[in-house]
Amino acid sequence: MNAFQRRAMRLTGFLRKESRQIRRDPSSIALALVMPVVLLFLFGFGVSLDIKNVPIAIVLDDRGPDARELAARFSLSSYFDPVSVHRLDEARQLLDRGAVDGIVHVQADFSVRLARGAAAPVQVLVDGTDSNLAQLVQGYTLGVLNLWSQQRAARGLPTHLPAVTIQQRIWFNDAVNSTYFLVPGLVALVMTLIGVLLTALVVAREWERGTMEAILVTPLRPGEIMVGKLLPYFVLGMIGLGLSVALGRVVFGVPFRGSPSVYLLLSTLFLLASLGLGLFISAATRVQFVAAQISIITGFLPAFFLSGLLFDLESTPWPIQAISHVIPARYFVSASHTIFLAGDVWSILQWDALFLGVMAFVLIVLAKSRLGQRLER
Amino acid sequence: MGPTLIRITTLVVKEFLAIMKDPKSRIVVIGPPIIQFFVFGYAATFDLNNVRYAVLDEDRSAESRELLSRFQASPTFRLVGQLDSGRQIGDLIDRQGARLVLRIPQTFSRDLQAGRPAQIQVIADGRNSNVASVALGYANAIVARYNAERGGAFSGSAAGAAGPALQLVNRAWFNSNLQSRWFIISALGGLIAMIVVLLLSGLSVSREREFGTFDQLLVAPFRSGEILVAKALPPMACGMLDALLLAAAAVLWFGVPFRGSLPALVVALSVFIVCVVGVGLFISSLSSTMQQSLLGSFIFIMPNVILSGFTTPIENMPRWLQLGTLINPLRYIVTACRNVFLQGGTLGTIWPQLWPMAAIAAVTLAAATWLFRHRTA
Amino acid sequence: MSHSTDESVSDRSGEPVLCIRRLHKRFAPKGGPPVEALQDVSLDVRCGEVVGLVGPDGAGKTTLLRIATGLLVPDSGTATVLELDSVRDTLQIRGRIAYMPQKFGLYEDLTVQENLDLYADLQGVEPAARASRYARLLEMTQLETCADRLAGRLSGGMKQKLGLACALIKIPELLLLDEPTVGVDPVSRRELWRIVYQMVEQEAIGVLVATAYLDEAEKCHRVVVLHEGRKLDEGAPTQFRERVRGHTFVVQPRQGARPRAIQGRLAGQPGIIDATIRGGRVRVVTHERDRAAVARAIPAGLAAGIAAAEPTLEDAFMKLLADARSSRSHADLPAAPARMAFETHPRQAEPEIERGAAAGGAVHTRGLTKRFGDFTAVSEISFDVQRGEIFGLLGPNGAGKSTTFRMLCGLSRVSGGEVRVAGRDLRRAGSFARQRLGYMAQQFSLYGQLSVIENLRFFGRAYGLTKARLAERIEWALEEFDLRSHRDATAGKLPGGYKQRLAMAAAMLHEPDILFLDEPTSGVDPLARRDFWRRINSFAESGVTVVVTTHFMEEAEYCDRMLIMSQGRELATGTPGEIRALARTASHPDPTIEDAFIALAEGAAQPRGTGGSP
Repeated sequence: MNAFQRRAMRLTGFLRKESRQIRRDPSSIALALVMPVVLLFLFGFGVSLDIKNVPIAIVLDDRGPDARELAARFSLSSYFDPVSVHRLDEARQLLDRGAVDGIVHVQADFSVRLARGAAAPVQVLVDGTDSNLAQLVQGYTLGVLNLWSQQRAARGLPTHLPAVTIQQRIWFNDAVNSTYFLVPGLVALVMTLIGVLLTALVVAREWERGTMEAILVTPLRPGEIMVGKLLPYFVLGMIGLGLSVALGRVVFGVPFRGSPSVYLLLSTLFLLASLGLGLFISAATRVQFVAAQISIITGFLPAFFLSGLLFDLESTPWPIQAISHVIPARYFVSASHTIFLAGDVWSILQWDALFLGVMAFVLIVLAKSRLGQRLER
Repeated sequence: MGPTLIRITTLVVKEFLAIMKDPKSRIVVIGPPIIQFFVFGYAATFDLNNVRYAVLDEDRSAESRELLSRFQASPTFRLVGQLDSGRQIGDLIDRQGARLVLRIPQTFSRDLQAGRPAQIQVIADGRNSNVASVALGYANAIVARYNAERGGAFSGSAAGAAGPALQLVNRAWFNSNLQSRWFIISALGGLIAMIVVLLLSGLSVSREREFGTFDQLLVAPFRSGEILVAKALPPMACGMLDALLLAAAAVLWFGVPFRGSLPALVVALSVFIVCVVGVGLFISSLSSTMQQSLLGSFIFIMPNVILSGFTTPIENMPRWLQLGTLINPLRYIVTACRNVFLQGGTLGTIWPQLWPMAAIAAVTLAAATWLFRHRTA
Repeated sequence: MSHSTDESVSDRSGEPVLCIRRLHKRFAPKGGPPVEALQDVSLDVRCGEVVGLVGPDGAGKTTLLRIATGLLVPDSGTATVLELDSVRDTLQIRGRIAYMPQKFGLYEDLTVQENLDLYADLQGVEPAARASRYARLLEMTQLETCADRLAGRLSGGMKQKLGLACALIKIPELLLLDEPTVGVDPVSRRELWRIVYQMVEQEAIGVLVATAYLDEAEKCHRVVVLHEGRKLDEGAPTQFRERVRGHTFVVQPRQGARPRAIQGRLAGQPGIIDATIRGGRVRVVTHERDRAAVARAIPAGLAAGIAAAEPTLEDAFMKLLADARSSRSHADLPAAPARMAFETHPRQAEPEIERGAAAGGAVHTRGLTKRFGDFTAVSEISFDVQRGEIFGLLGPNGAGKSTTFRMLCGLSRVSGGEVRVAGRDLRRAGSFARQRLGYMAQQFSLYGQLSVIENLRFFGRAYGLTKARLAERIEWALEEFDLRSHRDATAGKLPGGYKQRLAMAAAMLHEPDILFLDEPTSGVDPLARRDFWRRINSFAESGVTVVVTTHFMEEAEYCDRMLIMSQGRELATGTPGEIRALARTASHPDPTIEDAFIALAEGAAQPRGTGGSP
């Protein structure tokens, strides 16, 4: 047997051991296969940033036909789910209780002023507790009012037409479906969980149980241990990726406009960076409990909050933006959004790929140097 | 003190010592809450700042400049470029050079002067659907204000088109600056208390199992109820302490108003923490290793956060999922915290949140007790 | 194979495979004083030679082995393995040596066969050579029937054997073993050593073995004694033995006198280094060649005679350590044992009911059975333990000792039969009944993050000691178990011997009537074992009932009665004398308990007892 054959035998032996352990550990399987499905369904159904059927109260102090027609407009809109309330203080109670998210108040002199050609104010009160929702309710109320004005004008009724109207186009996602935005980002989260958390746990476990000491004194090289640990979890991560993409396409109908090969390349780079981080954490801490803590803080939380997966990075204060530049998930989420929704836009993808590649390289080299051949560092 | 009380205090003292003497556990109690606090506080926001936009002004008139100056004056938008032709738009949006493009057609000033409604085009990058729709909302609001101011001049000059004006009065209650940061941070205490309590209680039994001290406890004259109570108290105290510290920091650091009653907050948090400690002990009794309880806690935390209304409103979820959130304790504490902080809530107003949490607590505690007895007996 | 060809094996015989020169290693633990783990240690291991590395806990044995494998880097000095430097050429070395760490790295979620496969792959064993190698290793470790069982489901000793099998999967040029037989029963131990010596003879490999068992070290070609990081002495076992010739005696107890009484009198007397019970007699090692010192120490009427005894390595070792200690300051010596040997403790008045319940016997079992699914771990075990008795549960690994033990303590549900401790069923009796028993788990389970004093306080309060009583008992424990110097040390960082003492102190703090000890001396050096048994004796003298599991057959001599188990069944029950008598044959007139045990286990002796027909 030559040196190469021995090396191959070592590596396959180690890989076989890893895959057996994965197969026998229900928590690995749960994290790698069940978690993506659960996450995707949760986000797909549970998280929606779109306005739909928002409960609002409509108070008509003027019960004339103009006012009733305006109220009917709100009922027709799919954005709102209006209830008619007689008095303003009643509506305020509903708002306080959280039963409605806004109040549209048509004042008593509405028809009179409208007929006179004077400004006829419609008051909109929103619950600012959830400011995002409040913002959107305001915008959509404005839309309903504008539409009503335009239709009145078309029928030749006296109305105040806005001088300037906006014709809006939302590219890549013209229905403004937030699932299209969330699913590509979730892929990054799923791969971070597998790449960082699971990997950090399994390697730290080897130190804790003393198996690492026995493995280190065999002819297995540190580089081979790296490969032996990287490869199985790489495959697991890729399965997670495939599962997420397939579910996103089939269940939620998310478009995929770029090319699969480009996506495969970028996700490989990202997964390598995550695995490198996971291995580094476990080699540096050697204790499962600490490894889990650190991987949640350095892996999961940034992938969720500092990647642009849910919250807009450009709106955060500059220190947060600066930190986000060293988070691999940031680049992958950007690439994922572009490839899913826009296509192969090289001017974006080349930078994402470059940064991910550099990070993967640095993290894996760091992990390897930490793994070493000795007990002491 | 009765013997039961002595034994419980003895165990509690030991649990505290174990947490505080171990530098790793100490970090768990102190480190992650602080990091999470700042990450959530600064990064978890749906407010938009610095929305990069470009302008294609094909009219180049006084009117178009007047409208554009309003965008420039807005703190929400940041001008990043002037375009010369419509062909540049596609590339700019593709490579995320700007998130919005305002296009003012050649006919803009002519239409306005003629008293015809003038249309402008706003093209948004829909990759982040939330940013796109919120930014469009802002743009609409700017244009509406512009219209309102022009309105007076309009009705005076152009004949025939003169008509009644419709005026939108926006008033956001409770959070008049529409800061989503307030929304997030006010509920953060509950979330972080959950994470701390779940991790500490989740590990408490499985750690003793892994280190072999559990048998020692079972052989000593402790009743299983006493062990459970003693395992529950230290994590609860740590969780409560963290939650209250974060509440103080929310007010002092982020300037979130505290309008309600402190006792109400403490009561709500206490009931909530009892719910969570039940879950934690259940997971811990079920797990034989620390890794399993870590993953178990994690799998519990994820969906609960997503389905709590913490970041996105529950009413956006499909009906069946909304029903599912009724058994999520986090849902209630999030609402209760916001109510107390922003809406001046008292014990009376948070009662609708308190009793479901108490009911859930009864169930989780019963389940934990049953499982603990079952697994040890 | 990477191993050299056959003709060169014989050529190389006698060549050094490991040269350690002037090794220094110091550890600086966080928040503690630096520890000199090794100071100026040199030694050689040659081809075809087995070198034993003996010494008490904390002597630096593990550190030395780890430096030889390149797992640790020495502060100064060199370790040369197969003419390669352990620091510079670590990777080349690792292909040619085998190392079995103390806590061997078995993958508990892999089966026995899969663990073997893994190490065969990692060590580059030719596929063709595997079948015969596996067969041999499995036969030697008696794991043939368990090849498909998960390693995590094996008992402690079986894991240890599997660990050795994995280390020996390839025939190395140098074999390093770190306490390979801890927790392994005598039958398996014998098998294990047979394999090692076979490899030494056939393949001329060099072996360096760290061990706490001096009877194992006795079989080595050469022995190196380490003590607190320094090399005390080195030589062939015979050289060591010759040095103490004339210092060793054996005392025959008079008819009816218990050897334990004599041993208790002798231990710790001036001029007496060591007193142990062997084969129903008391072995004594003295400072001077002075038989009179022994005679003086024994009260009249106990001894029938004192004879010179053939010295053993253990005798030499004890003397060596005693000399090393007396030459240094006395400050950190363990407190002189004599003072405690007879100390009895005032016992709290017990409620009459308890006393009455206990009168019928401290522990009582009938037909005790435990099944895990289809597997019967313990079958129909019946025995009684009287108050103040030391009762031993003996048996090979996987015999069901621990399972029986757990049922006695109420930690495990009984599948059949009955068990009463102090007249109660602990699983039903509630927490009050547990007040009367003390328990010491196999791994000396303590709260590792807590200090010695905090552990003691916790266990004291757990058993409801009042404040004044607790303070008093803690004082007693610190004194009795010689823990005062480590009062505020973190329990998890204590050396093994101290951990054992602390665990026992914690179990004794509330003055239990019944003490349960699960493998209390596993992995503990001979000195600590002696201390331990001395204390157990004194507790028993004062009326405490002791139930102890052990696989050290020599320790069975300290028991009043014992039960020998195998494969979940009772093989024999009786006093040490009765057990020894089972193996007495014409050719072997004076068997030890170990001989009897092996004879019973191999079916050579007729088992005896209530439920034990095979």
